[in-house]
Amino acid sequence: MKTVLDVLWKDALIEWRARARTVALLSFAYTVLLLFAFAIGPDAAALRQHAGAYLWLGMLLCSTLLLDRTMRIEFEADAIQRLLLTPVSAPGLFFGKALSNTLQLWLVGLFSVPLVIVVCDASLVEHVGTLLLTIALGGAGLAAPGTLYSAMLARLSGRQLLLPLMLFPLVVPVIVAAVKTTSLVMLGDPMEQTDSWMLLLLCFNLVYWSLCGVLFGRVVEA
Amino acid sequence: MRPPLTAIQQSTETGYEPTMECVVKTENLGRRFGRRWAVARVDLSVAAGERLLVIGPNGCGKTTLLRILATVLPPSQGRLELLGDAPSPRGRIGLMGHETGVYEDLSAAENLSVFARLGGADPANIPTLLATVGLDTRTDAVSSFSAGMRRRLALAHLLQAQPDLALLDEPFAQMDPGGIAQVSRSIQALPGAVIIASHQVHHAAPLCTRAVLMDEGQIRWTGPANQAEAAWRALHKERGDL
Repeated sequence: MKTVLDVLWKDALIEWRARARTVALLSFAYTVLLLFAFAIGPDAAALRQHAGAYLWLGMLLCSTLLLDRTMRIEFEADAIQRLLLTPVSAPGLFFGKALSNTLQLWLVGLFSVPLVIVVCDASLVEHVGTLLLTIALGGAGLAAPGTLYSAMLARLSGRQLLLPLMLFPLVVPVIVAAVKTTSLVMLGDPMEQTDSWMLLLLCFNLVYWSLCGVLFGRVVEA
Repeated sequence: MRPPLTAIQQSTETGYEPTMECVVKTENLGRRFGRRWAVARVDLSVAAGERLLVIGPNGCGKTTLLRILATVLPPSQGRLELLGDAPSPRGRIGLMGHETGVYEDLSAAENLSVFARLGGADPANIPTLLATVGLDTRTDAVSSFSAGMRRRLALAHLLQAQPDLALLDEPFAQMDPGGIAQVSRSIQALPGAVIIASHQVHHAAPLCTRAVLMDEGQIRWTGPANQAEAAWRALHKERGDL
């Protein structure tokens, strides 16, 4: 647990020192959401209908930039080698990095929600808690496999292209469940399906976090 | 297999006695990249506290050997025993490689602070360590440091970790004369066994007791460090470089 907190503190310190990059990432999220809105045009019903999808597509696109950047920090001067030579366990390192990525994805999600509400005329006043939980589980579901894959590709020159190619198919279940839950929160849930989708998100998180935690050591050693 | 270098006499004095505590022991160690053997049939023993210099031409396998000894690169063949076959020797090994292993966005003190937390070192020593390597006045991010200053910070990391086995790959590269003196002093202050791979024999040899000369992945000569320069000249002569 100490290793996880130490890695988290390290990443938080680096992100604070280079906070312009976080501002750029949040700006990118807003740009993507606005582009979706412009592409649909002034069709309020269509915008409201697909608000959840825009939110999560924005999150997905931001996640590839974020995951590539946070892992490149470890590999650009081979700091990962120095980390591996400290008495730090590979799973501890993974959970620290993945938690740091999750927190940043939550930040992107929380910043994106107000714009989605305004642009898509979406309503969520009654279900803020459920939406926050969806962002929490969806962000975590993107971060765990994303951290593993970004580490796997970190030494390759075409990593920025390869990361979405490898990551997107893997996180389709998370995106589908997150979009569905968000849409149910925003549009209403007469059939009471939210809990089932949320459970599905939770299950995928459990699988991704445990599996990636085990595999991370092999990936960074290779 | 390459024959021993005959132009200079092989030393019978290895610097290592069987009774000494051994921090590195390799038998028939090799590492292959594709079909090419970067390191082949290396038998090496290093005693606790010993200072070993590894010399040889570019691409002879010095860096690969150091990376294998640091456990960041697995060998393709042979046996490697580190720190008496300790179950988890990594926390006791320090490597200063070609890459400095620092975080560009953090200051020198913050970099040391990060690894002090992760490695369980005392953060109170950080100002002293920075003064030792001449970086105590720099509070800006490492991204604004010169290449030599980054290498000095990497050396401060090594001093902070106080490893039982320190592996230094070209520690004098990109250093000005003042930096070379500071690096030399810092290497002398390292408590455990030290293995230095360097082309700058005249700087590295006075810090070491024993030297090995590598060529095409194999050890061609072993002897006292003060004869390393002569051995290297002999190798160049044999290769027709001189």
